[in-house]
Amino acid sequence: MSLQLQQLTITSRQAQPLFASLDLVVEPGEIACVMGPSGVGKSTLLDAIGGHLNGYFGLQGKVLLNGIDVTNLAPDRRHIGLLLQDPCLFPHMSVADNLAFALPALNHDRQHEHKHEKGFARLREKQRRKNLRREQVVQALDHAGLAGFEKRAPLSLSGGQQSRVALMRALLAQPKALLLDEPFAKLDPAMSHDLRQFVMSQVEQQGIPVILVSHNLEDAKAVNGKVINLQS
Amino acid sequence: MIASNDRLKWPLSMVLVTIILVPVMAGLSEILLAAMGFIPALGQYSLSFDAWHQLIQMPGLGTSLRLTLVTGFGATAISLVMALVASCWLYDGLRGRWLRAAIVPILAAPHAAMAIGLAFLIAPSGWLARLFSPWLTGWHLPPDLAIVNDLAGLSLILGLVVKEVPFLLLVCLAALSRLSVAEHLKVAKSLGYQGADAWFKLVVPALYPLIRLPVFVVLVYSLSNVDMALILAPSTPPTLAVATMRWFYDADIQRLLPASAAAITLLVVMVLSVLVWEACVSMLGMLNRHSTQQGLRGTSWLLLQRLLVPTMLSLCLLGLLSLLVLIVWSLTWQWPYPNALPTVWSLRHWSQLLGDVLPASLAIALLTSCLASIMSIAWLQLQENAAQQGRFEWSKLTLWLIYVPLLVPQIAFLYGLKVSFLRVGINGGMGAVIWAHVLFVFPYVMLMLQGPWQAFDQRYVHVAASLSKPPWQQLWQVKIPLLLRPILLAWAVGIAVSISQYLATIMIGAGRIDTLTTEAISLASGADRRLTGMFGLLQLLIPLLAFVMAMLLPRMMYGHINQRAAP
Repeated sequence: MSLQLQQLTITSRQAQPLFASLDLVVEPGEIACVMGPSGVGKSTLLDAIGGHLNGYFGLQGKVLLNGIDVTNLAPDRRHIGLLLQDPCLFPHMSVADNLAFALPALNHDRQHEHKHEKGFARLREKQRRKNLRREQVVQALDHAGLAGFEKRAPLSLSGGQQSRVALMRALLAQPKALLLDEPFAKLDPAMSHDLRQFVMSQVEQQGIPVILVSHNLEDAKAVNGKVINLQS
Repeated sequence: MIASNDRLKWPLSMVLVTIILVPVMAGLSEILLAAMGFIPALGQYSLSFDAWHQLIQMPGLGTSLRLTLVTGFGATAISLVMALVASCWLYDGLRGRWLRAAIVPILAAPHAAMAIGLAFLIAPSGWLARLFSPWLTGWHLPPDLAIVNDLAGLSLILGLVVKEVPFLLLVCLAALSRLSVAEHLKVAKSLGYQGADAWFKLVVPALYPLIRLPVFVVLVYSLSNVDMALILAPSTPPTLAVATMRWFYDADIQRLLPASAAAITLLVVMVLSVLVWEACVSMLGMLNRHSTQQGLRGTSWLLLQRLLVPTMLSLCLLGLLSLLVLIVWSLTWQWPYPNALPTVWSLRHWSQLLGDVLPASLAIALLTSCLASIMSIAWLQLQENAAQQGRFEWSKLTLWLIYVPLLVPQIAFLYGLKVSFLRVGINGGMGAVIWAHVLFVFPYVMLMLQGPWQAFDQRYVHVAASLSKPPWQQLWQVKIPLLLRPILLAWAVGIAVSISQYLATIMIGAGRIDTLTTEAISLASGADRRLTGMFGLLQLLIPLLAFVMAMLLPRMMYGHINQRAAP
């Protein structure tokens, strides 16, 4: 799995390119770091890769995921995860619901397979899958060092805890690539260090390409991949 | 972002245009034709200016016009100034939080109920006179004073102001949440500007463009309303809108001619009024800018605030008392003057309610408001998609079209719409009334929902999309739950607007569909205050119930997760 940008340029409405055209290949398990002064369009670049770009901007070039062109795909079909500076946990859902929301829904093919099953067997199958989902959520929380936080309200968690839940949420959706938009910027140095270690280790386990946007030199030093400096 | 819905855009906008614009245009053109002399019902098929000759010869036309302009402009200007002063008072220092709760009943009350309550309160035989008689005033009989229906239209202005100040205040507060007011005020104060001074020099110029549309709606309503004017304005001659309605319903069918001409006149008056209003506002803006550039720091705004805040609070009190008196009268059996309270209480009138008035009102209000809410959500989402894809023009243009029914005087097109409906075979059924209500409910729901919808934090939707959730799930599982409170509040406003419709119900329903409002207004001219009070109270209770539901439901649904669940 690799994430590839081919001659990517973003233009504002006045057709002014935000930065020089960008070529980049991020290999599986690699974390590439995009640096640059504020306002150069780092977040906009991530929006473009994830498919969240709004109509104010124009986009030239291609985004390839495993060699497949996803440039014109809707964001929900790209399978590109997103972790923002604010954790953006859904405040109307509990921590567990936030994670369960991210888990892929039941596979349709498998549902089809079990169509012949009737009554009790079908109910049991349904229950089994429900338990499986719950287990995955519990495991994810355990992983994040937040065991027992299932029923908590997202806003009752500390900033670092929220960020870890947000990362687990992004990973549970089984993304093929991950975009990190200064996820450590709002935390204090110690917490930011911890979270950085946590993110690195999780991402390495997943073996997916990651792009990290930051203006913190420490982030650039910590990552294992290429460092790109965006200039306007 | 939510791209796959895009192919729905044209069909949906066509539907909306058909539902909203076609009826207005059909109604207006019908009236315009009639004013130009084409009235098939009278056998007239040729261009003539008879209608206009007859209109000019109508007795009291000039007085009507003057009354209309004085009450319309007066009420709107007073309401706006009061609302701006009040929002400053509320915002700067977080005072008067209770006021937000206190104005809810006034917001929920239909205009007619408010007018009836106010009349019951301030009339010479009203509650206020009873409370102070005879020990203070020495009155043992109601004095012969024209307090309600006074010739200058002061009681109508009062009624409109009492009703519109809370509305504009709510609109201001909603718009203020989209500006970074707190910071601006802090900076201005550090530069030596007093709070109220800074408010009018800094905040109001930024605020006005955001509330322009609601202000126009208030201006148009004040100039052209029938329900309040029927109860509070003088009747000889009445306001232009009431006069127009009377001529439309005159036993002499020839009166259709001057009525149509008067309706068109009202429309022209409206357009000119909006232009004059905007000219005045931009002149004030220039003066304001001038004093800002001079760097003048003064306390005159503070003085105005000190003067107007108590006035505004007493107006709210007056409004609440007006609604209270409805409750008292609906429970009264005997209340001889000048007792302060009824001597014999009774629930007997409530048994007269076993007709179909209440179910009809409820059914119309619920259907209309739900329909309007769904239409609004669909519209706002599509508009957002269009903007996402860089087509801002489409969304801006069409947005103004939705508000056309609120910016055209009802009387100017509803009679024509009735004729158009008859022409295509729709004859005063429930469906037609619901359609007519949607014309007015939909724009109001949009007005309430638009701000919160546009202020929504798109990152939540982006995160949902990055979790591979399709557009409908982004909307249904993330956006709508997070916006549930404003959505339900808009729905409740829709209920209130539908319940309060008078002209749309009697004209399009051809008098065959009775609602609480039509009953209340027809009873208001009669002598039985007990029955009138009961219908007025019911008019108030249903919207109030809707508002309470809108406030409690999100808490019940998401309260266990977080108090801040629904921003």
